Amino acid sequence: MKPSILKAQPADVQKDASMIKQKQMMAGHYDRLTSAPETGAKVASTFVPGNLNELIMCFDLVNNLPEVNAIQNGLRKKSGAYIMEAERSGHSEDVCTYVKSDIGMMLKGNIGPNGKPLPKPDVLLLSYTGCFTFLKWFELLREQYKCPTIFLQTPYMADGKITPNMIQYMVKQLKENVIPVLEEVSGVKFDIDRLREYLKKSAVAEDDLVAVLQSAKNKPSPIDAYFGGIYYIGPIFGAFRGTDDAIDYYRFLRAEVEERIAKGLGPVTPDGTMSEEKYRLVVEGPPNYTNFRQFWKMFYDEGATVVASSYTKVGGTYDYGFRHNPDKPLESLAEYCLNVYTNRSLPMRIDMLSDYINEYEADGLLINSIKSCNSFSAGQLLIMREVEKRTGKPAAFIESDLVDPRYFSGANIKNRLESYFQMVEQKRSGRGAAA
Amino acid sequence: MTNPTTSEIIARCQELYDDLRFTSARDWKDAEPGRKVIAHMPIYVPRELIHAAGMLPLGIMGGGDNLEVIHGDAYYQSYICRIPRSTIELGLSGRLDFVDGMIFPSICDVIRNLSGMWKMLFPEVYVKYFDVPQTYDDDIGGTFYIGEMREFLTDLEALAGRKISDDDIRTSITVYNENRRAIAELYRLRAAKPWQAPASEAYLVMRAGLTLPVEDHTRLVHDYIAAAKAEKRPIKDNSRIILTGMFCEQPPLNLIKSLELSGCYVVDDDFMLVSRWLVGDVPTDGDPVYNLSQAFLHQSMSTAAKYEPDEAEKGQFLVRAVRDTGAEGVIFASTSFCDPALLDRPMLQNVLKAADIPYIAFKYSENSGQMQPIREQAGTFVDSIKLWSAA
Ligand code: SF4
Ligand code: SF4
Repeated sequence: MKPSILKAQPADVQKDASMIKQKQMMAGHYDRLTSAPETGAKVASTFVPGNLNELIMCFDLVNNLPEVNAIQNGLRKKSGAYIMEAERSGHSEDVCTYVKSDIGMMLKGNIGPNGKPLPKPDVLLLSYTGCFTFLKWFELLREQYKCPTIFLQTPYMADGKITPNMIQYMVKQLKENVIPVLEEVSGVKFDIDRLREYLKKSAVAEDDLVAVLQSAKNKPSPIDAYFGGIYYIGPIFGAFRGTDDAIDYYRFLRAEVEERIAKGLGPVTPDGTMSEEKYRLVVEGPPNYTNFRQFWKMFYDEGATVVASSYTKVGGTYDYGFRHNPDKPLESLAEYCLNVYTNRSLPMRIDMLSDYINEYEADGLLINSIKSCNSFSAGQLLIMREVEKRTGKPAAFIESDLVDPRYFSGANIKNRLESYFQMVEQKRSGRGAAA
Repeated sequence: MTNPTTSEIIARCQELYDDLRFTSARDWKDAEPGRKVIAHMPIYVPRELIHAAGMLPLGIMGGGDNLEVIHGDAYYQSYICRIPRSTIELGLSGRLDFVDGMIFPSICDVIRNLSGMWKMLFPEVYVKYFDVPQTYDDDIGGTFYIGEMREFLTDLEALAGRKISDDDIRTSITVYNENRRAIAELYRLRAAKPWQAPASEAYLVMRAGLTLPVEDHTRLVHDYIAAAKAEKRPIKDNSRIILTGMFCEQPPLNLIKSLELSGCYVVDDDFMLVSRWLVGDVPTDGDPVYNLSQAFLHQSMSTAAKYEPDEAEKGQFLVRAVRDTGAEGVIFASTSFCDPALLDRPMLQNVLKAADIPYIAFKYSENSGQMQPIREQAGTFVDSIKLWSAA
């Protein structure tokens, strides 16, 4: 076994201002949600890709994201039992485990991460981007909650471009289907200037997020753009885009990251700061949440930093230049939805991953293929071969699941990673060049 | 000329079904210079537009159980259904090398992503992901859909090297209306007298429609109906069931035969929805693209790949199909790893439960070999239906 190359220990890790801020924000959000029955706040359930947080806030609704609940349940090791519960109630073992974790949680009393029951949604905002499973997921929830369900379809960017027909379709849906029902459910009249204000704030935070993600171009990278990146995207992908809290959070975070760059420090991990960056990787696909720390440790123990990832783009591809635009409020929401990573065609995904390898000077690509996620996984083997061909950098493939612990095999993944790092070494020394 | 017998017609259909080089479509293309073939996957594309461009629409439903998948598995993890890998196999092995375009309908994430893969693997072929609205208001989904169809028409015009007129489309709508009527008659016959038109035969007749020019297929369906009606076939003590969930990856033919052998009369199914997607005639006067959009929005089939905006309507299509065909039960047969079918299934089952309609469920893949378990399960189901109805 190789010795850990980490020098700093957990005791040395001081909580950064951004981390404290994020914890407070998340706790506050779940309290707002679980206290909705007392406060009378109305709740909208919706999804991360295609999240219309600014619009939801225009109606004073509290945003509940089932995927984030599934992640929380994965991290807290509860998702396994929930998934089994859903399967016992008739769901197939073959389908998306996010859905089953959510349904299982509902069947077991819908207890949120703060230990209190989550309220029934007042409206299901089926803003559907980049994955067909969302359609079925909210049909399933509608069957249980019997609440109004609003539908917003995002056309797929199959030809690598956004056409006027796509934008018009989405704006029409927003105007004629989404906004009127949100007004009705909430009793709040839509005010486009309020939306503009939120969008303005979104763009400020988005600038800082991009600066943080792109800081990984430094050597060493001050951040891990996958494992760490998941924490960084939380507020903007979730219920905070468009708020002052998000602006503050990303300002703190950016300042911290800039300080790390100045000091030449690597990323913060659960075991302290990484002191030696041996490998720089680009990762495609979601992580595993049931064994998140163990999974991450397999990387930092080897000195591997993820410098760019596609998963941190499922809630927006801001690094490709998109910003919410208060001058074109509804069009901008449409464009935002259209641009999310999983709504991009396979060739676009290949371009993006190859660009990342070049721009972030990465050693190669690693794909974590999620067993139950067709949206990400179907086509990944071709992505792997194509990126390898274009960049000349080695690629590797591992398999796990987002929230189903049955599909996490630590030993297998570790073996694969070890061989992969050897491959990278060989490539560097020129020995693998002919392969 | 005497009318062909059912066995002659079915032999011809079987030949088309078995021919994974699609010789009849190749021959059609070679018969005249400049002809083009546009292939498409399940579940629905407006074939009228392809036809109006003077091209042959060719339905590709994967490779079935007779295709040895050699390359395809290298493109897909074990936990993804089989149809994309056998379709890639068809492409990589040169079986589709005569095809000028490949259309990927908006059915699920697997087919969607396959559209991008096809672009990478076959850059010389016209590839289109055909997006359809999941909202059904004229002004919203309708406008979008018309826009998508117009874009498709522009592409087809470029491929054909000529303009496609409204009259061309109207003529195509007319021939497809005739085809839809013939198929509706076939389904009515099977529902009324399933012993006269067994499911495995009806299946092959329908499959032929994915390969043959539509005019030829309409004749074939009429011929089959006439022959099936004329033939004396014994009535068995079978139970009438509806098969659902088979809208994309197809079951091996043996599976359908096994269900029949275990005592099922299949009186409705969702096999080749492209041929039955639009219910009834599409009007031929006025703007033909608008008419196609109207039919899509307001007169089309329900399936798992479609969003149901009205909760009260969820699954009712199945209840209605049971009532209309006099079915005694429903068999949910879904492809392994098929998210749309498998996520939809519990909701449909709840609807059937509420309507007191018996059902069973199993999974299959296009290359399933072992029929014994399915035969046993279906046999038990049939027995229990008989017990219930006797009680
Ligand atoms: S299939 Fe994948 S993208 Fe879709 S809901 Fe499940 S985890 Fe998310
Ligand atoms: S079988 Fe199901 S999952 Fe597979 S391609 Fe067809 S619809 Fe998609």
